Amino acid sequence: MKDLLKQKRLRHALILLFTLIIFTLPFLITNNYYLSVLVIIGIHTIVVVGLCLLMGYAGQISLGHAAFYGLGAYTSGILTSTYNVSPWLALLAGAVGTGIIAYLIGIPIFRLKEHYLALATLGFGLIIHVILMEEVELTGGPSGLSKGIPYLSIGSLVLNNDFKFYFLVWILALLALILANNVVHSRIGRALRSIHGSEFAAQSLGVDTGRHKLQVFALSAVYASVAGSLYAHYITFISPSPFGLMTSIQFVVMAVVGGLASIWGPIFGVSVITIMAESLKEFMPLLIPQAGGEYEIVVYGIILVVIMIFMPDGLTATLVKAYEGWRYRKERANETP
Amino acid sequence: MKKRVFLVIALILGLVLAGCGGAQESTEKSSSAETKEPYKIGAIFDISGPGSSLGVPERDTVNMIVEKVNENGGIDGHPIELIMLDNKSNETEAALAAKSLIQKDVLAIIGCSTSGTTLAMLEGIQQAEIPLVSAAASIRIVEPVNERKWVFKTAQSDSLVAERVATYLKSKGLTKIAFASMNNAFGDSGKVEFEKAAAKEGIEILVMEKFEQNDTMMTSQLTNIKKANPQAVLAWAIPPSASSFTTSFDDLGLTVPLIHSHGIGNKTFIELAGDSANGVVFPVGKLLVAEGLPDDDPQKQVLVEYATDFEAKYGPRNTFGGHAWDALQIVLNAVEKAGPDRAKIRDEIENTTDFVGISGVFNMSPEDHNGLSLDSMVMVEISEGSWIPAK
Amino acid sequence: MSLSSELLQYLLSGLTMGGIYALVALGFVIIHNVTGIINFAQGEFVMLGAMFMVTLVNAGVPAAGALVIAVILVMIVVGLIEFGAIRTAKKASPLTLVIITIGLSTAIKGIALLIWGTNPYKLEPFTKGGPIHIGGATIIPQSLWVIGTTVLVLALTFFIFEYTYWGKALRACVVNKFAARLMGINPQRMSLLAFVFSAALAALAGIVIAPITYVTYDMGLMLGLKGFVAAVLGGLSSTPGAVIGGLALGIMESMGAGLLSSGYKDGIAFIILLLVLFLKPGGLFGTSGTKRV
Repeated sequence: MKDLLKQKRLRHALILLFTLIIFTLPFLITNNYYLSVLVIIGIHTIVVVGLCLLMGYAGQISLGHAAFYGLGAYTSGILTSTYNVSPWLALLAGAVGTGIIAYLIGIPIFRLKEHYLALATLGFGLIIHVILMEEVELTGGPSGLSKGIPYLSIGSLVLNNDFKFYFLVWILALLALILANNVVHSRIGRALRSIHGSEFAAQSLGVDTGRHKLQVFALSAVYASVAGSLYAHYITFISPSPFGLMTSIQFVVMAVVGGLASIWGPIFGVSVITIMAESLKEFMPLLIPQAGGEYEIVVYGIILVVIMIFMPDGLTATLVKAYEGWRYRKERANETP
Repeated sequence: MKKRVFLVIALILGLVLAGCGGAQESTEKSSSAETKEPYKIGAIFDISGPGSSLGVPERDTVNMIVEKVNENGGIDGHPIELIMLDNKSNETEAALAAKSLIQKDVLAIIGCSTSGTTLAMLEGIQQAEIPLVSAAASIRIVEPVNERKWVFKTAQSDSLVAERVATYLKSKGLTKIAFASMNNAFGDSGKVEFEKAAAKEGIEILVMEKFEQNDTMMTSQLTNIKKANPQAVLAWAIPPSASSFTTSFDDLGLTVPLIHSHGIGNKTFIELAGDSANGVVFPVGKLLVAEGLPDDDPQKQVLVEYATDFEAKYGPRNTFGGHAWDALQIVLNAVEKAGPDRAKIRDEIENTTDFVGISGVFNMSPEDHNGLSLDSMVMVEISEGSWIPAK
Repeated sequence: MSLSSELLQYLLSGLTMGGIYALVALGFVIIHNVTGIINFAQGEFVMLGAMFMVTLVNAGVPAAGALVIAVILVMIVVGLIEFGAIRTAKKASPLTLVIITIGLSTAIKGIALLIWGTNPYKLEPFTKGGPIHIGGATIIPQSLWVIGTTVLVLALTFFIFEYTYWGKALRACVVNKFAARLMGINPQRMSLLAFVFSAALAALAGIVIAPITYVTYDMGLMLGLKGFVAAVLGGLSSTPGAVIGGLALGIMESMGAGLLSSGYKDGIAFIILLLVLFLKPGGLFGTSGTKRV
């Protein structure tokens, strides 16, 4: 019991510390480019937090999350640019709409198991992508939305640069994280973990596994949708290409690299993958002058393989293990004298 | 015991920041060795990913020019320092790459290779007030021009190409045609612009088909086209799917004229389509038929020189490299006149007049940030594996 | 053009594309059956086969010899990959292994880009001659090669799994890994064998489809995706299922493009796919009922 309390305090302390770091960073970083990398990390973190809930706690893989990300982005983009709807209302509409769509398609999809479920989500993602490409009247087709997407604003404060946008993105990312944390440690969370352990056993104990899975699926879709809306208002231009299969796979890679067992996984996963890609872009030309993206891709692929070989449960799991190992040694050291 | 976790987090954050900072320092160090301070120019191309067939020749061309200029003593003694990034044909990466270049204090940026990636970085460009010359085609990159103060482009707009094709079709009396396009931004933009141009010239589009970038069998689409019985078929795509379309066209025994867009302006198309390519007509900048131009053509000398240099080093010429050539030369000319001042460089780019480039003779103005006219394109026919002016 | 010859044309194109998908799908099924891994690098193996073939032919090696060398080269490369990456991570969960194959696929694609550049390559058709006309529709000779190879490979796979020692050992691993080990079958060696065998199929697929699709460093992505879909459609554990899944996917796309909308053809194929899955949650030939408890 004491240990549990301790753990809870540690968790809260970590969140507090993290919040502190996140909100002092922009004052220390004067480089706009680093800020924009952090903004992108924040946006992707929101998606991956949702995905981690789905994969880590409900044990269901999704290869179609870029579609929810795209639905959010396009709802915001279309409503604000073509119909002059307030950006916040559009964001909300996107989130609600995407949540409902996810819940509805989740009903048949979750009757499937394992690889079939993965394939069904992949198929759904591709269908949404095709719709974004083909409904030219509405979406602008492959060339993207033709009208500019306005900035988000809070009252009279227009979020028109990286510095201001950074705060919005990370406040939402933290909220997403805290909400996920609460879900994990709630009754639903425990039910979810039981699904991951053994769905059959959970069902026989009277857990409505189907409904819980659907709820988490819809929640993770809402996360992705909100992130998509943020993306649309940040870049202010959207076309179907960032919302395709490759992005879906990228999200899954980020989630797994970070580790599915902890809410800190997403932040680690997204940061490591994004910073790795960006710093390769910086460093490769210094190592091999005249080198193009070819070398970056090769190195990126190999690093990914190496991470997964040596940390098969993701970065957070490895960190936690290292921490526990250290604590164990320290306790032993305390006992011996 | 909590400290350990905090330490790890702090360490990682520290490392990341140090790593990023280190990268910047080292580029600065390497440049201070020169006598006169170098002029930094940024470039972002789609070097890998689906846009790579455009991005790679653009990268090669730009490297070639910078090498040449620096060998000849740079601009007023200032060497050029080129910082080139690969956006991997990814819009998010393009937006980040632009911010990274802006942060490195480049004087101007050239790129990207495709319309989507260019459009994704415009916001950052406009806000940072840095001149951008894109090598991509879509008219939306430079229009509406009052919202695109800092943005220019060198590739012929799709609207121009569409108009060129429509007038050609009309002059041949081919007024009932079938249209097929690649299902991406390039094909879509061509479709939209050609529909406009066709309406203007009184050309009727009997059937519209699409195919994916990676499709290899176009027989279903072509069966529908065959059914409509058009007088000619117009395809808007780049290889390899443009080549697949052409071989499938041949296999199905269609004999009407086949017109392509400027997307097939490289030898790859002919190599892949083989004998089926014979007789294909398409609009393109004069680069492909440079040697065959009359001697009094203002572009001839520039074109032949670029083509010879490029082919000596990298292989067959293509028009995409030409777009990058134009973009970089226009920027360098402006830098030479204006010195290291972004706003002045922008003004000079906008004042570009009678600049003889690869894609045409450029006349920019506050109303026109492309600066090319209809006569920058010629209709070319493929005959026995090479390009000849169309009859 | 009459409706029947039109339909025949769609069917013939669909069978050609379907044959391509089927060949790729077979590789997925074999690796999945033995190791439980969905190998996202499968499309890259196909690309490597085609690239080696084109390079060898362009270097003047006669086609038949080039084919054998290309297939062996891919088998060696994949063998090394299995040994270096998959085996080292043998204790990892299936999901982690999937991510490893994604990383491998990225790296292989990057290396291919370095070696061969972005330009597409062309391989001459195996047999010369113009298209063949059947009842108002046309088919190119290379399509017959693709369909023929699919049939041949299916027969070969059946023979190997049913009648050879190694094939039986592989099947034993599928049924019960632990029992197989007790019988003296080394599952590690079986995993290597599955990868190498599947690589041979992939290379063969790449070579036989190269004259139709051209060869580019990034051709693996689309082929891998469609192959995966075909494999799951066929139940993921049955080789005839993979072939039928592939053919069905090819025909759906071709019919969709011809009769409904060429822009929506991939969407149509996937909607049908989802419907099939919802009605038959284990794929067309899947063994449903084995539930993990």
